[in-house]
Amino acid sequence: MSDTPSTHDTTGPIKRPTRWHIGVFLLPAFIVYSAVMILPLIETLRLSLFNTVDGQSTFVGLGNFQVLFGDERWADDFWNALKNNVIFFIIHMLVQNPIGVALAAMLSLPKLRFAAAYRTAIFLPTLLSFVIVGFIWKLILSPIWGVSPYLMDLVGLKSFFSPWLGKPNSALIAVSLISVWQYVGIPMMLIYAALLNIPEEVIEAAECDGVTGWSQFWKIKLPLILPAIGIISILTFVGNFNAFDLVYTVQGALAGPDGATDILGTLLYRTFFGFQLQLGDRSMGATIATVMFLIILAGVSLYLFVIQRRIRRYQF
Amino acid sequence: MSKARASLTRTSLVHLALISYAVISIFPVFLTLINSMKDRNAIFRNPMQIPTPKTFDLVGYYTVLGQGDFATYFQNSFIVTVVSIALVLLFGAMAAFALSEYRFRGNTLMGLYLAIGIMIPIRLGTVAILQGMVATGLVNTLTALVLVYTAQGIPLAVFILSEFMRTVSDDLKNAGRIDGLSEYSIFFRLVLPLVRPAMATVAVFTMIPIWNDLWFPLILAPSEATKTVTLGSQIFIGQFVTNWNAVLAALSLAILPVLILYFIFSRQLIRGITSGAVK
Repeated sequence: MSDTPSTHDTTGPIKRPTRWHIGVFLLPAFIVYSAVMILPLIETLRLSLFNTVDGQSTFVGLGNFQVLFGDERWADDFWNALKNNVIFFIIHMLVQNPIGVALAAMLSLPKLRFAAAYRTAIFLPTLLSFVIVGFIWKLILSPIWGVSPYLMDLVGLKSFFSPWLGKPNSALIAVSLISVWQYVGIPMMLIYAALLNIPEEVIEAAECDGVTGWSQFWKIKLPLILPAIGIISILTFVGNFNAFDLVYTVQGALAGPDGATDILGTLLYRTFFGFQLQLGDRSMGATIATVMFLIILAGVSLYLFVIQRRIRRYQF
Repeated sequence: MSKARASLTRTSLVHLALISYAVISIFPVFLTLINSMKDRNAIFRNPMQIPTPKTFDLVGYYTVLGQGDFATYFQNSFIVTVVSIALVLLFGAMAAFALSEYRFRGNTLMGLYLAIGIMIPIRLGTVAILQGMVATGLVNTLTALVLVYTAQGIPLAVFILSEFMRTVSDDLKNAGRIDGLSEYSIFFRLVLPLVRPAMATVAVFTMIPIWNDLWFPLILAPSEATKTVTLGSQIFIGQFVTNWNAVLAALSLAILPVLILYFIFSRQLIRGITSGAVK
């Protein structure tokens, strides 16, 4: 920021009038952003400290959090959702990001033909809405339609088919993998961009030293794209702990079977908005939103202040 | 000789892997599109077959267009997306210009303040957003959605656009000032045309989450008159679960605009990502 020489500073000793235009340029963005994003966020955090007692909104301190973490009506649901959310995130980290890196590594090979076509195809699901993705996979995995048993039969695995989305043991994994299928394009693109930014000379130098193929990838390229891997990890983290749409579309607001796919986003929706017999509860909704905020804030801070500083950046 | 053969094997393995993954990515979409144009028996008997003259049937589309109000849904999504993008680009570019062009007290602070929204999702403020919209009578209006999406899009727009605006030559702007242009004319007539490629990138990045969002339409504007395509198809499909023709046709109708836009803008989008716009 400071390296931009401002003309007004160089005009010297002439006393300049108030620069109204700066305010005019900043104001619209500032107002909309503050009024619709920052203030509601603060208000939500504040609401989490209040609850309705005898029909009046009363300050209860951390009472709502105690209820959420310890009260038997809430705690089971909450810890279940949190655990599922952590699993959801781990599956993304273990499946989505390695596949993304592998695809990017292959796409960035020099003189690869049809690279643009592959890129376009693999990125396509990322643009579809969760509603489309959710329903398509619901149909494909449905035992009624028989597409997946048929496909698995082609590779001789028909006996392994089961209605994964309907079974408590496998539903969460199935939903996570659907989400991985949809979002693998993002890590792929960001890593691909990072790989393209590695200068030719570095690769040539490695080749002169006889470092090629696999060992070139592990020893030369991977360390150079670590910052990009850090970015996709934090993006995945924020996205996963804020997810809602896919589970809502595939499994409904109750996140069945038997809460097996319930994550913080669906819990927030049910709590705040109510569902079937459950009435909406503003204070507890705000409490869950606050917990989600703290989790995301912790992740982002960890990334910004610890991980990002440890990763060595190379300037070319 | 053997080295050339080894590299040939390696290349074919790479192609094999990429083709397999590309097929995995496209197949579900393809399957939906072909089955939406078949009659009910053919959908179940031969899901893999492309429609033949015998099995070709558009009954699903008739059901969807007859029952659901998809024209309205499309119109709502279109209005919300276009207006939000326009506001994000205008407000975002103005703020980015102020931050990158002028030195003033609080510049860095303002930049950081606007950057919070890049990482913290706006969804977490939903409880109070709904409250505010109820208080101002904006519930079930498209305005509510436009406001939320504008606020959601501004942080990234400011971030990307101010990076680009720093690269606009100072000499050009100073020449404008000497010629007596006001700061506003410098922004609108000199700088904006020069950052048009970056604006296109921001537009594409802003558009996708808005068009696909389910959360805010569900909470802020679920009425029949304000449903977006995403919410409309979600509810329509939920009601027609057993009518496979209708479900597949509704899905295809929701996919098509995205596919068309993708083929128009994919180059822009991919160039935007790979040029390091989201570094």
